[in-house]
Amino acid sequence: MSDKLLKVQNLKIGATVYPPGEKPHDIEIVHGVSFEVEKGKVLGLIGESGAGKSTIGLASMAYGRGGVKITGGEVWVNGRDILKTTNSDVRALRGGEVTYVSQSAAASFNPAKKIMDQVTEAAILQGKFSKKEAERRAVELFQKLGLPDPENIGNRYPHQVSGGQLQRCMTALALCPEPDLVVFDEPTTALDVTTQIDVLMAIKEAIRDTGVAALYITHDLAVVAQVSDDILVLKMGDMVEYGSVDQIINNPQEEYTKALVSVRSIEHAEKTPTPEPVLKVQNITARYKGTNFDVLKNINVELHPGQTLAVVGESGSGKSTLARVITGLLPQSNGSVHFAGRDLSKDLGGRSKEDLRELQMIYQMADVAMNPRQTVGTIIGRPLEFYFGLRGAEKRKRIVELLDEIEMGEGFIDRYPAELSGGQKQRVCIARALAAKPKMIICDEVTSALDPLVADGILKLLLDLQKVEDVAYLFITHDLATVKAIADSIAVMYQGEVVRYGGKTDVLSPPFDDYTDLLLSSVPEMKLGWLEDVIANRKMESAGN
Amino acid sequence: MSLLVKLLAQRIALGLLLLFLVSILIFAGTIILPGDVAQQILGQSATPEALANMRRDLGLNDPPIKRYFSWLGGLVQGDLGTSLTSGKDIAESIGKRLGNTLFLAFWAAIISVPLAILLGLIAVRYRERWPDKLISAVTLASISVPEFLIAYVAIFFVSVRLRWAPSVTTINDSMSLSEKLHTISLPIAVLTLVVLAHMMRMTRAAILNVMQSAYIETAELKGLRTFTIIWKHAFPNSIAPVVNVVMLNLAYLVVGVVVIEVVFTYPGMGQFLVDHVSKRDIPVVQACGLIFAAVYIGLNMVADIVSIVANPRLRHPK
Repeated sequence: MSDKLLKVQNLKIGATVYPPGEKPHDIEIVHGVSFEVEKGKVLGLIGESGAGKSTIGLASMAYGRGGVKITGGEVWVNGRDILKTTNSDVRALRGGEVTYVSQSAAASFNPAKKIMDQVTEAAILQGKFSKKEAERRAVELFQKLGLPDPENIGNRYPHQVSGGQLQRCMTALALCPEPDLVVFDEPTTALDVTTQIDVLMAIKEAIRDTGVAALYITHDLAVVAQVSDDILVLKMGDMVEYGSVDQIINNPQEEYTKALVSVRSIEHAEKTPTPEPVLKVQNITARYKGTNFDVLKNINVELHPGQTLAVVGESGSGKSTLARVITGLLPQSNGSVHFAGRDLSKDLGGRSKEDLRELQMIYQMADVAMNPRQTVGTIIGRPLEFYFGLRGAEKRKRIVELLDEIEMGEGFIDRYPAELSGGQKQRVCIARALAAKPKMIICDEVTSALDPLVADGILKLLLDLQKVEDVAYLFITHDLATVKAIADSIAVMYQGEVVRYGGKTDVLSPPFDDYTDLLLSSVPEMKLGWLEDVIANRKMESAGN
Repeated sequence: MSLLVKLLAQRIALGLLLLFLVSILIFAGTIILPGDVAQQILGQSATPEALANMRRDLGLNDPPIKRYFSWLGGLVQGDLGTSLTSGKDIAESIGKRLGNTLFLAFWAAIISVPLAILLGLIAVRYRERWPDKLISAVTLASISVPEFLIAYVAIFFVSVRLRWAPSVTTINDSMSLSEKLHTISLPIAVLTLVVLAHMMRMTRAAILNVMQSAYIETAELKGLRTFTIIWKHAFPNSIAPVVNVVMLNLAYLVVGVVVIEVVFTYPGMGQFLVDHVSKRDIPVVQACGLIFAAVYIGLNMVADIVSIVANPRLRHPK
């Protein structure tokens, strides 16, 4: 097994769970997984949340997060089983032979220490380099990863650089000790698409140039297709399919893999605008209290009854702020919100109960949008009481109807949020919004926290409900695939302005403005070599200019 | 002006305002105290005329507002007034006592603060194991027993039985530092036991809180030793809450040592205050109260300033 850098055999991992109302007990979360990584190769671990992919990645460093314990199997790194070795051996392995890049660099850097000290710490501690050598190597890596001012960026503190830059610093941290293997755990998931593509390219080039092997963990098959040699598909701690990247993407064998490859296949034909829009946002300009910077600049959009307007943009583009203005949480400094034939009061206090009822909201984090101590029935029943005065059997009947509409059924009425899956929680939030019989629902990144297949289910449900209830959606998202799936019209936001607005087909057809072009071309496609093509195109364009 | 400077200036201004308000409270409090200094000085046999003269001489007939401002005016110039009972300058007589109290507090702090933090770090390193439980049990037991009881038990065993340290801890200027420290070793030990638990528990809790962070996992995955992680990665991020509790306890070492000073007959502020309360010597009580308040406010202000400065986001703005 000389050229096998990492060899995992029949790996079993357990965890202690604390279910509500039951005694804590141990369960198995990874059920016998085997794979190998050769020197200089990249293996993609892919699966939805709960698949055990991060757990397996960390197990290759003999690490269990929280109460996670490795209960069986073998993990061979450089020819020794790291599960049967001493503590000091494991310490030499971590940060020396195998290093780790986490999803959130912002949380994974110590806020009280300079970036350079953190990047070089492991290399110096493991005795690989002297402080001076390590710092020189770090600067080289900063340069290779395309960080601005590579000589001095190490002297900054983590909060002084942007999220995308910090993620690259984290990659430098992992590469600094010249490891044999790097575990990348969703390294670009938290980034905007236009940032993701740069980081992805930087990671790919760094892997190629240093000859390091990698485990690349992600839920996004399109991303992993760009960087991996092989792919291992996981589901609920089981191996589903294991093969070369070409085979998995172009010729998947298992049903589950096929579903992952063809995710986001919802087709939705654009509807034509009606004469009377339900929502008309006119010349909205807004800023937050105590600042002198307009977060929204002269926004004009319309939403028609029973249709969907997708507001798309990256973090900081002002899309959530627009929702705050429409709901009255942030009074605008200029402009008006015209809704269902009337002008809405600037602030929440001046709105009637009818205004509130007809304009509902669904949030990104279904978890925190529900009271954990109320049952599903209470949560959905509350707007029924508040807006329609329903009580007793009548109320229960309506709750059951709503539960049927969200495809969950009466059996869930006495459950608590903690007993539901992520997708089910979001469905309950949808039912709660629908209970008010609104004319319009603002959906703020409602699928962003969900796995692709679950998110697909939610989108399908929203489209079906739109047909039945004739409700309009203002759909806020950063995800262009979602936009394509459900929108009738689209507003692209950038730095507080709408840079492109119109029907879906028009907005998504050339000629594009620069920003929309950048945004669209940055969305990973389920195609081998996509990343290289995009980068090559951009280089050509910038050379042409 | 940077945000840091602005925050610091705000905090200091707030401290001064607080001190001013406390001076009003202290003055008002002493006015409504029962008893009368003139009566106290002249004794039961005083004639009404003598009492009236005495009151006039002491300025007790002036309206309270006027008396407050003349007192405050003196304070600002460093004049704490004169003692009604001894006629001596208060600043002078308090100065020496305050020096003694600070001396004792200083040495108690020098020992207790590093010890508490070290014990806290050890408790985190071995959390939920026997060293953690032992440290918690011992420190909690020592804080639960009244300090005078600890003091007397310590006197009985250490002074009387073993004869290692004196039980009467009067110090004076002619003693060398080592003589002084030997003399006050028992009160230092007792004070350390009293303040240890609070600081240790807070250090432990604050670091455990930080140990949940993702960057601690990063440090673990770098192969660092657990104690290195606690000391280098967790502790710098727990400074703010720890400093707050340390300062509260330092304030207690200055302000709350009355019992210990009485038990060990140590010539500090606490005893001085108790003596003058019983003599109804209002100006002295006011001065002592204000000094204690200033110490409390000052130390808490230092704690807040350290917390502000310890925040890297404020120290190194974007």
